[in-house]
Amino acid sequence: MHDPLLDIRAIDVFYGDFQALFGVSLRVNAGEVVAVIGANGAGKSTLLKTIAGLMHPRSGEIVFDRMPVGTAPAFNVVKRGIALVPEGRRLFPSLSVEENLMIGAQSKRPGPWNLARIYELFPVLAERRRLPSTSLSGGQQQMAAIGRALMSNPRLLLCDEISLGLAPIIVRDIYARLPSIVGEGLSVVIVEQDIAQALKAARQVYCLQEGRVALQGDARDLTRERISAAYFGV
Amino acid sequence: MTEWLNVILQGVLIGGLYAMFAAGLSLIFGVMRLVNIAHGDLIVLAAYIALMVTASLGLDPLTSLVLVVPVMATIGYVLQRGLLNRTLGDDLLPPLLVTFGLSIIIQNGLLELFTADSHKLQAGTIEVQTFQVMQGIWVGALPFIQFIVAVAVIAGLQQLFYRTALGRAFRATSDDQAVAQLMGLDTRHVFAMAMALSLAIVAVAGVFLAVRANFDPSIGPARLIFGFEAVIIGGLGSMWGTLVGGVILGVAQAVGAQIDPGWQLLAGHIAFLVILAMRPQGLFPKVSG
Repeated sequence: MHDPLLDIRAIDVFYGDFQALFGVSLRVNAGEVVAVIGANGAGKSTLLKTIAGLMHPRSGEIVFDRMPVGTAPAFNVVKRGIALVPEGRRLFPSLSVEENLMIGAQSKRPGPWNLARIYELFPVLAERRRLPSTSLSGGQQQMAAIGRALMSNPRLLLCDEISLGLAPIIVRDIYARLPSIVGEGLSVVIVEQDIAQALKAARQVYCLQEGRVALQGDARDLTRERISAAYFGV
Repeated sequence: MTEWLNVILQGVLIGGLYAMFAAGLSLIFGVMRLVNIAHGDLIVLAAYIALMVTASLGLDPLTSLVLVVPVMATIGYVLQRGLLNRTLGDDLLPPLLVTFGLSIIIQNGLLELFTADSHKLQAGTIEVQTFQVMQGIWVGALPFIQFIVAVAVIAGLQQLFYRTALGRAFRATSDDQAVAQLMGLDTRHVFAMAMALSLAIVAVAGVFLAVRANFDPSIGPARLIFGFEAVIIGGLGSMWGTLVGGVILGVAQAVGAQIDPGWQLLAGHIAFLVILAMRPQGLFPKVSG
């Protein structure tokens, strides 16, 4: 078996004195979609922020593409090929839609993604390219946030709560584009509260509970009962 | 009638200088929420650097900008990377205190090096050249050049902010530092570039200030006040608003001085207070999303 693209080895992550993650381990192979599910406050977003370099583990190790990430700051992590779509989209309000996408290309990594490809993936963004990002609907903002992350031509895309605050039909629409993103050789980690959506999209599922991995396995093998038990800790 | 027109025109022209004082302040407040109390003293520092350059190399003051601008920009970059970045955070107070200290250090450093004697840069015949714009209205070449340069600086800043990758980085970092980092922007570098640009403008303002009037190490804080007033009149974050703010301040001072020479500064402050009372957000506040 070859080395995983991302190998997280027993990381402990703290906010000051408060420990948010306890010995979390997770592996993502090249071209694989992994879902991380769990209740509010389980540590899902913390895990993604840590992978992206916004936070650093106090112990344990994150290895990406066989090289430890160490305490590299976020702006260097993205240059190595890890892009985060943050929770709540967080587009830059002062920038137009196209400027938001262009700033995603700041790290200047070569690869298949460029403005034309993003507009092909999300045609509605092309129509609104010159408008302020604040004028987009929630779903369109989510598309722009995904497009912005793809513009860095990542090898690993981290998506934090894509479905948050969006109508189910829009969530389905966005998830429907996932195969064409993964088709470009990307690996994806999705953090989701919408378990059904996560199980449909991912191959491997990790369930976090109070900062620990309570369950992990192949999405097809996990029963609803086992997931509920891990999710709610009952 | 022509006398008053003349007064207003002179006020408009000096307003360009005030707008240059203000543009650098507005830029760094906009990008990193840093209120630079040492801004006025940095203008005076630029004037002294220009004094050394003109004296040692025999350059014309306006030509000396070729050296003074990059020197000040470098000082800005190093200052931000080495000192001011460490003061930035959720609290506005540390940068205020540190730049206040910096202001005192610059003033006293200049006092040690150059004494309290006042100096002036000599620009030669251009200082006394005038041309007539209409019957009875004369404009000095130097104030005119100063105003044109101010307009060019503001227009250039506007272009840089909205048309270049650096400007995009400034706006993105100003919006959301954490996400800017996720995009591969080293915010420490972005802030340092903003300070370098701010002090490049300060260099231009400092040289024009030094050609126009006498300067000594103590005059920085008053320039800071003019800069603040122009920024607030124009509205925070708006470049063209800053120019309008500078012009309003300049005209108010000129009109005040015409009524009574002692009223020059007072009239400027009153204009500022009136606008602050009537439109606290300034005349052209940046439309925020």
